Amino acid sequence: MENSAIIKLTNLYKRYTVGNGEFIALKNINLSFGKGEFAGLVGPSGSGKTTLLNIIGSLDIPSDGTAEVMGQSVSALTAKQSAWLRNYHIGFIFQTYNLLPVYNVFENVEFALLLQKMSATDRRKSVMETLEWVGLTDKAKSKPSQLSGGECQRVAIARAMVKRPSIVLADEPSANLDSANSHHIVQTMKKLNQELNTTFIFATHDEKVMQHLDRIIRLKDGEVEQ
Amino acid sequence: MLSLKLAFRNLIGAGLRTWLNVSVLSVAFVVMVFYNGMLDGWNRQAHDDTINWEVGGGQLWHPLYDPFDLLGLQEAHGVIENQAKKLIGQKQITPVLVTQGSIFPHGRMQNILLKGVQPEQEIIGLPTSNLVSHAGQEIPAMIGKRMALFTNLKKGDNVLVRWRDKNGTFDAREFNIVEIFNSNVPTVDNGQIYLPLNTLQEMTGMIDEATLFVAATNYTGGNFDEWQFKSPKYLLKEIDEIIKSKKAGSAVIYILLLSIALLAIFDTQVLSIFRRQREIGTYIAMGMTRSQVVRIFTVEGAAHSLLALGLAAIYGTPLLYLLQKNGIPISQTFDSLGVSIASKIIPVYAFAMIVLSILLVVVSATIVSYFPARKIARMKPTDALKGKIQ
Repeated sequence: MENSAIIKLTNLYKRYTVGNGEFIALKNINLSFGKGEFAGLVGPSGSGKTTLLNIIGSLDIPSDGTAEVMGQSVSALTAKQSAWLRNYHIGFIFQTYNLLPVYNVFENVEFALLLQKMSATDRRKSVMETLEWVGLTDKAKSKPSQLSGGECQRVAIARAMVKRPSIVLADEPSANLDSANSHHIVQTMKKLNQELNTTFIFATHDEKVMQHLDRIIRLKDGEVEQ
Repeated sequence: MLSLKLAFRNLIGAGLRTWLNVSVLSVAFVVMVFYNGMLDGWNRQAHDDTINWEVGGGQLWHPLYDPFDLLGLQEAHGVIENQAKKLIGQKQITPVLVTQGSIFPHGRMQNILLKGVQPEQEIIGLPTSNLVSHAGQEIPAMIGKRMALFTNLKKGDNVLVRWRDKNGTFDAREFNIVEIFNSNVPTVDNGQIYLPLNTLQEMTGMIDEATLFVAATNYTGGNFDEWQFKSPKYLLKEIDEIIKSKKAGSAVIYILLLSIALLAIFDTQVLSIFRRQREIGTYIAMGMTRSQVVRIFTVEGAAHSLLALGLAAIYGTPLLYLLQKNGIPISQTFDSLGVSIASKIIPVYAFAMIVLSILLVVVSATIVSYFPARKIARMKPTDALKGKIQ
């Protein structure tokens, strides 16, 4: 596993204005993640896990400090550049799956490639290969409403992985799943991490997920616990 | 292309709500095409009939002739000189002498216009040849079906007619109704009696005189002597204005329908943007720019109009074709408008009118979809992903 940092967070702060006051969601975060890491941000609700994932995913920007992703400062990116970064280098997995309900499994996974303007033949090949990884080739034509929670999350993993991103950000991916499904999901992601050398960063407080993590970063009240 | 593809998938996926919006919009479109087609059909029929029955290729008026000044008719006549005679011989024009008179059908007096026409003329559609075949009887006269209805006169009836000659002296005689013609043009019918030109000239002492000439459709001569040429466009101005005002009035109906449909689309779009916050956040997380998402939602709203046009084509084409084939029956009470109207109107669906209607539907649906979609541009993707935006 390579260890060159593809994510580098330096003196990072995130503040929100609440009424007349200020809420500090992240305080002086200094972290870096290497290529192929399988790491987790662990901590109770409100500890800043999702905020940190959003900044890494360039969905948000830090109030202070720098967040460098793939060598680019998130704060300096234009809307178009950050969209490009997410499109080609970052995959997201959400707690609530966020599948597009009117599309079937194949189309949900294919969507990420449509944005990359890939040819139909290449798209089909990539989607079917990815569905095979997550064991859902037989469900390609099913709508999300016809799938179980575990299957939905596997579709979400396939959607994140189909474009072969450098980084996958998974926000509480097992929170809505039972322990068997939760285990299966993490195993799937671990396998992909090893086979494709993709960096996985989880936000979780699920002990069963933590067991599989190579690195655990504990957050409390917006700070990294030493 | 991607936006269009996604928009259609989302629309079809939205099911019943989409089809309700699309149905109302398609009805608005079909009604719009139908109304415009009907009015264009009426316009064309009114023009054709009025040209055929009354206006011809234009008219040449005596300088004192004013169709709205009945008292001035006494002076509005002139001698048919050589040039006019030549043109009459060439069947380029036909003279009409107009004078005031009164009839006494069943003992009641009614003011009328007496019109002297050449029985052999072929320039306008009045069946004047009937006045020839009955020559030699009392005074052969011809009236229209409306006049016959109003005066309760039938073919073969005699009616007492009183008139003044050129010196203002009253005279009266019995006319024999030899023909009741059926015309869609009320202005050649109501309050008018037609008789042979020579007879009226003799009756009034206006020998060899006319009030106006009706020109053939291929007439290109313009003014001559004292006669002033009035083009068909000038003579049909009144019809054009009546139809224009009818068009404006009927536009209210389809604008109302279109507004209901557009309001439904606007409402759906506003709801969509709030209900589908997570989806919007997901699009952005997957690498779409906000403007791309705005475009998807705008295209999605606008795509209602494309589906509506498709649906309208499915049921509207046979329906409108059927109406065109069979015509639309029109109540004769429309006669009171004073404009030519047939018992059936054949709608005319002009290509330009259909294209304009399509553009109106598509552009207005796009505009009402764009305004709610603009809200997306102000959304924070992190809040959208959580569905937190109120």
